[in-house]
Amino acid sequence: MPENALPKLEVKTALAAASGNAAPLIEIKKLSLFYGQAQALKNISLSIRERVVTAFIGPSGCGKSTLLRCLNRMNDLIDGVRIEGSVRIGQHDIYAPDVDVIELRKRVGMVFQKSNPFPKSIYDNVAYGLRIQGVKNKSDLDAAVEQSLRGAALWDEVKDRLHTSALGLSGGQQQRLCIARAIAVKPEIVLMDEPASALDPIATARVEDLILELKRDFTIVIVTHNMQQATRISDDTAFFYMGELIEAGPTQKIFTNPRQKRTEDYVTGRFG
Amino acid sequence: MNPIPPTGMIIPTEPGRHFRAGKFDFWSFFFSGLTGLATLLILAILAVLLGNIIINGWPNLSWHFVSTIPRKDFFDPATTGVLPMIIGTTIRVFVMTIFVLPIGVITAIYLTEYAPTDSMLTRIIRAAVNNLAGVPSIVFGLFGLGFFINFIGRNLDEFLQNPGPVWGQPAVLWASLTLAVMTLPVVIVATEESLKAIPLGLREASLALGATKLETICKVVLPQALPGIMTGGILAVSRAAGEVAPILFTGVAYYMASLPSKLSDQFMDLGYHVFVLSTQSPDIERTRPILYATVLVLLLLTFALNFVAILIRARVRKKLRALG
Amino acid sequence: MGIHRGHRARPLEWIAERGIFLVALSTILMIFLIFVFVGREAMPILFGQENSALIKPVIPPEEMDRLKPEELQAYLGLSDKAFRQMERETLRELMIVKQEAQEEIPEQLRNDPDAHLNTTEWSAMLLPRQWSGYDEPVYIWQPIGSIHKYNIVPLIIGSLKVTLVGLLVAVPLAVGAAIYVSQLARPRVREVVKPVIEMLSGIPSVVIGFFALLVMASVLQSVFGYQTRLNAFVAGIALSFAVIPLVFSIAEDALTSVPRSYTQAALALGASRWQTAWQIVLPTALPGVFAAVVLGFGRAIGETMIVLMVCSASVVSWSIFDSARTITTTIAAEMAEAVAGGHHYRILFMLGAILFAVTFISNLIGDVVIHRLKHRLEGKR
Repeated sequence: MPENALPKLEVKTALAAASGNAAPLIEIKKLSLFYGQAQALKNISLSIRERVVTAFIGPSGCGKSTLLRCLNRMNDLIDGVRIEGSVRIGQHDIYAPDVDVIELRKRVGMVFQKSNPFPKSIYDNVAYGLRIQGVKNKSDLDAAVEQSLRGAALWDEVKDRLHTSALGLSGGQQQRLCIARAIAVKPEIVLMDEPASALDPIATARVEDLILELKRDFTIVIVTHNMQQATRISDDTAFFYMGELIEAGPTQKIFTNPRQKRTEDYVTGRFG
Repeated sequence: MNPIPPTGMIIPTEPGRHFRAGKFDFWSFFFSGLTGLATLLILAILAVLLGNIIINGWPNLSWHFVSTIPRKDFFDPATTGVLPMIIGTTIRVFVMTIFVLPIGVITAIYLTEYAPTDSMLTRIIRAAVNNLAGVPSIVFGLFGLGFFINFIGRNLDEFLQNPGPVWGQPAVLWASLTLAVMTLPVVIVATEESLKAIPLGLREASLALGATKLETICKVVLPQALPGIMTGGILAVSRAAGEVAPILFTGVAYYMASLPSKLSDQFMDLGYHVFVLSTQSPDIERTRPILYATVLVLLLLTFALNFVAILIRARVRKKLRALG
Repeated sequence: MGIHRGHRARPLEWIAERGIFLVALSTILMIFLIFVFVGREAMPILFGQENSALIKPVIPPEEMDRLKPEELQAYLGLSDKAFRQMERETLRELMIVKQEAQEEIPEQLRNDPDAHLNTTEWSAMLLPRQWSGYDEPVYIWQPIGSIHKYNIVPLIIGSLKVTLVGLLVAVPLAVGAAIYVSQLARPRVREVVKPVIEMLSGIPSVVIGFFALLVMASVLQSVFGYQTRLNAFVAGIALSFAVIPLVFSIAEDALTSVPRSYTQAALALGASRWQTAWQIVLPTALPGVFAAVVLGFGRAIGETMIVLMVCSASVVSWSIFDSARTITTTIAAEMAEAVAGGHHYRILFMLGAILFAVTFISNLIGDVVIHRLKHRLEGKR
């Protein structure tokens, strides 16, 4: 594994892992987001622990995807967006003026709702992130591609056709390819925006199994509208409604004994 | 007899009776027919035009014709040929492509990927491109004369201290540059079309992996857009090959003893040759066969290019539909 | 820590992106340059600074030193650079040459009142004048002979004649076909007909002109029986071949972008396809059709080769069955013989500038109208 090619985020990581007590990796403090005059996120404060799966749940339009996209500053791509408050990853406020967004996105990966493999070969898709970071050595690339595809539980299915077009894969395979592509650059955090919503139940199950395995090495934040999915795979859950964070905590607690009435209404299916 | 309900409604005896075709709507039929006739007429014009040329030109087309360099008397069917005209047209179109493709593609990239959507400057740029598309071809000729030849060419001669005018006179380079300005909108529109057809998801995926915008464009977007760009280039070439007005003062020559060998030479041209044969022939009946053959060569050239461009465009559309 | 590097981290990219922006700006520059450089050559005429009178007051070479440098330069008609480079002796020689040239003018011409006229004045270019040897005031464009006559009215009339005929033929056909193809015919028809008509736009205008000259001229003369075989009528019809595809394309696009919900509502109420097209769709798309006509006008008035090949005699007459010289054909035909920098040359550039201004405005109108129509229709979707 080409350790030296990808310097890691510092510190609390090792300590926390060793102590078994996952410390907060992402600290969101009083975050508000405005599209022009309209406010989409209202004063959100939330801690996301390291090496666990955190789920964002809530009805459509509640802002969970918007918040997710704040974590890797993909919202910067939209005209007229304004942020107040702070988002800290490790020690660093990612919205500070001297932050290099490109570097940030190499540390915080993203998997989208609709799988979007490049119209290139499977190999080139996975290697893309590494190549733009300057990794050129073929054996390094080969090793990294194999490791990522194994990590995404896709290696056995595609190892004989690495250089064929990625578009020839099925929907579920394409999404796992996108996951492989995202983890190939070894980000600390992987954001997933409803990754299985476009997939059939079998493919969904495979992606969920994958997520449970990935959390050993990565911190995962997943947006989902499927509550059963949240209970199956997440350790922590945050419930959002109309741009506000209503309640957050360990998944078990949110679903069996929520403190807020609105949370209880949502998780019991009274609305959503 | 049906009872008439209190509301005064009349209920028909047989349901559906009023649906059967009754009155004949004359005017609808008439106008529909008229517009259909208009369509047919346009198609007929095209058919007659092409048919006439093909029927009269084909028998006179020969390998000899296409590969001979004629003597100064163009009008003698026995010795004439169009090789230098084909070469001249090809050269000027080729040089044009070298200039128009980079500028057109880069401008289209700016408009699609970088330009803020509602800024005044973006609107002005688009208006400028649209306007370029509507400038009469003879005005381009004047522009080529006034700007490229008289301004740039003359100053270049002075700068290089040439004894006589080398660049300050009609030349292949200036004609090609003039044509490049003229066909710029074609390339820009075709490239923009192909860039817009690439789904946003691809760009997002690349950016989310930590690629810069420029990297995303170069490594993901442009390779996808390549067929569309080619289409644009081919359309520009096909359009420029047939234009005569812009090259009248910027480089075309009535007769040249040798083929153009450097960018400052003049050149002969297919379209201009058609013009010359048509209007300056001493005996039009004698010239008729070679005239038709020349026109056919020109048409084949432009149509073949157009056809290839349409094919590429259709294939790309099919591929992108499968992607999206 | 890796994240904190900021934009400065990628100077090459920054330069490349600035470069992309500059290249895009160059399109505006090009339009601007066309204005400037076509206008530059025409400037002296536009401001009435040229004097093409044959007989001008002569300053004897002996008086050379009495003149101020600017006056001498203007008298000899030299550019700044040329004037500075010449020595006194050379200047004196030039003055002698000028004097001799005046003396060589034949006697009869000297007595001709026209010889004193500055034929590049605006009054000479626009108003009729009774020239010597003519019975009555005429508009005449005749840049040959000893006294050049530069009245541009015949050219304007010629352009309008040909354009009018072209539009009168092209617009009904193109708009009619657009209505048929987009509203009345089966969808399969549209898929076939649209690209075929677009093929018509791929035919170079030289070819259309050739066809008009060789085939159409004789055919039309035998059908309509007028006197001049090569006239504005034939040119106009040939011109329409080039305009039809353009008007058709734009009008058809406008008609097709009317939301289907309108058509379906009308049909559901029992209207026939024609009634729907004529009463609902066409009025909605009217701005687009109007824009198509305006752009067609721009194309027609700017067309050179077709008209050049068909007719070329400069005749002032409103009859379309007479020949016509248009602005475009005049420029194309006469530029080769015009002395660079001379009055004829500059007037030809002036004509080009006028043409450019006219098409610029008509294009602007067409584009703005289409833009507004798109906005309106998209809002309603």
